[in-house]
Amino acid sequence: MLKVSGLACSRGERRLFTDVGFSLETGEWLHVQGSNGAGKTSLMRLLVGLSPADAGEINWRGEPTPSLEFRRDLIYLGHHAAVKEDLTPLENLRLAAALDGIAVDERAALAALIRLGLRGREDLPVRVLSAGQKRRVLLARLLTRPAVLWVLDEAFNALDVGAVQLLGELIAEHLAAGGMAILTSHQPLPVPGGKALVL
Amino acid sequence: MNALLATVRRDILLALRRKSEVLTAVFFFVIVTSLFPLGIGPEPALLKKIAPGILWVAALLATLLGLPRLFAADHVDGTLEQMALSPSPLGLLVAGKILAHWLLCGLPLVLLAPVLGLQFDLDASALGILTLALLLGTPLLSLIGAIGAALTLGVRGGGVLLALLVLPLYIPALIFGAGAVEAHIAGLDIGGHLSLLAAMLVLAAFFAPWATTAALRVALE
Repeated sequence: MLKVSGLACSRGERRLFTDVGFSLETGEWLHVQGSNGAGKTSLMRLLVGLSPADAGEINWRGEPTPSLEFRRDLIYLGHHAAVKEDLTPLENLRLAAALDGIAVDERAALAALIRLGLRGREDLPVRVLSAGQKRRVLLARLLTRPAVLWVLDEAFNALDVGAVQLLGELIAEHLAAGGMAILTSHQPLPVPGGKALVL
Repeated sequence: MNALLATVRRDILLALRRKSEVLTAVFFFVIVTSLFPLGIGPEPALLKKIAPGILWVAALLATLLGLPRLFAADHVDGTLEQMALSPSPLGLLVAGKILAHWLLCGLPLVLLAPVLGLQFDLDASALGILTLALLLGTPLLSLIGAIGAALTLGVRGGGVLLALLVLPLYIPALIFGAGAVEAHIAGLDIGGHLSLLAAMLVLAAFFAPWATTAALRVALE
């Protein structure tokens, strides 16, 4: 489904990586590893189509990306909070879905927030939540937005032990349902199997 | 289309949670236009002559005041990235943001203009023309301004750069907008002025979201 070959990226004068290639099929996940500054985030941004590659090809379902189909199948959660501080978790979740052209009713959004352990916080402005809770609000999008490919950049940061376990379960469920995931993390991840890519 | 409306709803909701940002621009418009009659004194003939220019320049500057925030907050917190990767076309979401900007920063100016125009001894028909010209002109200001806001996104000292970039592009709107009211006061035909303003608005409505989108994609790289 996802086929990447000969990918190269440089920042200014510095070559970050060259000739990166891998392929992912349904139910598989890729763990991107590397020291700080190795280019993990650059690789992720390149894969989702936020920045152009110096060289190489990315094909999704046999078609070069970025295509509309790819964006429909993709969910990317990066370093940023990507939630609005002045809105409540519930509003954040439903408006983010609405911008993607998906209608999420209040009940579905609430169920996602409860699964992420935010029961009782759904009507507070995100501003007053802790860093880990903000992260959970963002992660709730994984449940409300149907997507095949999850690209999660350092998604395990700021999460407590329980939430790390929970995210591991969510990813495992997603893979079992025929999804795919690309993750970066410095910690060992609580998800079985997986290919490794070291930059 | 739903995505466009969702963007408008989102931006208006955000503005309502943080009212000061919107009110700043509106109060600026009110204060600046009120300072001139106070400073110049009771000279109806002179006030009437300078009214269109003053009101239009104040509207230009008030619009400019809200522009740096148009994309900045979404850029910093990463929601702009999510918009760029959304299955909805980014151009549509950007058009929604521009529309919300006009509803919040442009429409209040249009509605206030007839009241503020009274200070300049404009008669009812001149006030009507002024409002009509602003109704056609302020969306144009938002559309052109959005291109500038996207181009200066993430640039240090972007606010000043934005003013230098956008204000020259506002000149045609200023000339024809203020010109319409001046022509009406002088008893001339205003059809030409308003038609040109409307033509520029149509052109900008078509091209500005597209140009803004292209600039945003570069800013996100």
